[in-house]
Amino acid sequence: METLKETKTARNRVTSKKRKKFMQDTLAGYLFIAPMLIMATVLTIIPILVSGGVSFTDWNFISGLNNINFIGFDNYTKMASDENFLRSLANNFALMFVIPVSLFISLTLAVLINKATYFKSFFKVIYFMPFISSFVAVAVLWRVLFHPTSGPINGFLMSIGISNPPAWLADPSYSLLSVAIIMVWAGIGFEMIIFMAGLQNIPTDLYEAADIDGASKIRQFFKITIPLLSPTTFFLLITGIVGSFKVFDLIMILTSGGPAGSTSVIVFYLYEVAFIQLKSGYASAIGIVLLLLILVITFVQWIGQKKWVNY
Amino acid sequence: MNSLRVSRIIITLLMGVAGIMFVMPFLWMLSASFKPELDVMAYPINWIPTTWNAVQNYTEVWAGALPFSLYYWNTIKVTLLTTVFSLIISAMAAYGFSKISFKGRDALFILILATFMIPSQAILVPQFIMYRWLGLFDSHAGLVLLGASGVIGTFLLRQFFMSIHNEIIESARMDGANHWTIFVRITLPLVQSALATVIILRFIWTWNDYQNPLIFLRSDHLFTLQLGMTKFSDVNGEFYSLMMAGAVSAILPLLIIFIIGQKHVIEGVASGSVKG
Repeated sequence: METLKETKTARNRVTSKKRKKFMQDTLAGYLFIAPMLIMATVLTIIPILVSGGVSFTDWNFISGLNNINFIGFDNYTKMASDENFLRSLANNFALMFVIPVSLFISLTLAVLINKATYFKSFFKVIYFMPFISSFVAVAVLWRVLFHPTSGPINGFLMSIGISNPPAWLADPSYSLLSVAIIMVWAGIGFEMIIFMAGLQNIPTDLYEAADIDGASKIRQFFKITIPLLSPTTFFLLITGIVGSFKVFDLIMILTSGGPAGSTSVIVFYLYEVAFIQLKSGYASAIGIVLLLLILVITFVQWIGQKKWVNY
Repeated sequence: MNSLRVSRIIITLLMGVAGIMFVMPFLWMLSASFKPELDVMAYPINWIPTTWNAVQNYTEVWAGALPFSLYYWNTIKVTLLTTVFSLIISAMAAYGFSKISFKGRDALFILILATFMIPSQAILVPQFIMYRWLGLFDSHAGLVLLGASGVIGTFLLRQFFMSIHNEIIESARMDGANHWTIFVRITLPLVQSALATVIILRFIWTWNDYQNPLIFLRSDHLFTLQLGMTKFSDVNGEFYSLMMAGAVSAILPLLIIFIIGQKHVIEGVASGSVKG
């Protein structure tokens, strides 16, 4: 009897101790994440909710809160017939093709650097240069390089006998291509680094076994490297596509969406509507559509990773 | 074995040529920043300037009509403050999300991760209005706050914290240490390399940020380098040599940091994404 009582109190002591620890943990946990949580709530979560609300109104922020009218889905239906928006959207879809191209180049580079060459870190620094340079510097630089009459690129083209080189950024039919070229150039380094990390995770005995079986290097590349890199490739494809929807700095400085709207993208158009035309309601609606687009792409990633990725 | 070596050398040479072509725009930039304006656009390109104008160009940029050195100082200030705040906030949150168990933890972590998907442009308008109300518009403090909550940093550090064994923390708690002491004294030193990664990445991103200063700053004396650079090219119109000198000045510190911390940047970028 006595012993039973003792164990009971002991057990009680243990549970109360546990409870005390649990309370302490909860308090400490919330204190640790509090700064992050508050910042995220104030700077991201509340604004996106406000954005969602404002997108159903005709508000513009000069007129103040008194002139705010609820207009239902008008902003969203307006988008479907807004030429500028549709052109920007089409340009965004066109720029998605940058990603497969740059992935192909960066994979080739990664394999070559990883397997075959000396001076690995030197090459890494070289291809990583655009990643550490700001889009502002990159844009300012390429605007000069692409200069239609006296830029070095057209200087080169004329010197090899092309008498009528394109005007690049100044020509509506070449401007988007020029932006795409710059995006490929700027994106290769990051993708290459990720591919190299992915390559390092492939066990070398797979290649050794393939060597013993007499498989050629090319065959090994297609039968071992490509399938085993598929999670990496898929990750880069999705982040690249999401990233291509967020390109703002480059467009802003290179072309300001021009000439004739030929390089306008959604984020640039959003900026124009919000801060130049000052139509807050409409801009918010565009922002929500952009968010939905990104959610769809992310959802595809989520599904796709289970279905198509070959681990 | 010998043929393998030959092929290696050939590939290295080919890669070298490709690498040079790839960095050619940067070499052109550097070379143009040393030339007098009239020589910049001359073709064929003189990679080594025939007339050196480097001192004049860089003096004009740094001590000329535009307060470029002020922009530079503003950028250093904003970048350092943002990096420090973002590191503290991310590290604390990462510890909380990985090493303390409490109710609602995982749901909150998913909520924080989800905010990462919201494109910054979609919330510019409400942020702008809120900043005007709070008096944070057109101030460096506002800019620092915008960059201080780094979801990627939290995510990356959490991965590293999770690799620390819980026994270490449990035994420290038995000895009467509280979470703050454990966080500062035990876990932070163990994730040093991840901290370096987060510092360098945040530094590079803040230094290069253009959109936030563009939207949230108005006064000229608060401008950062990236804003200053575009203004610079407007003011000088066609003075490409000066634009290039400005761009070189903007990239150089990052290049130095990157070369020193190369391992951390590359590992961080790779581990944050491949594992995630």
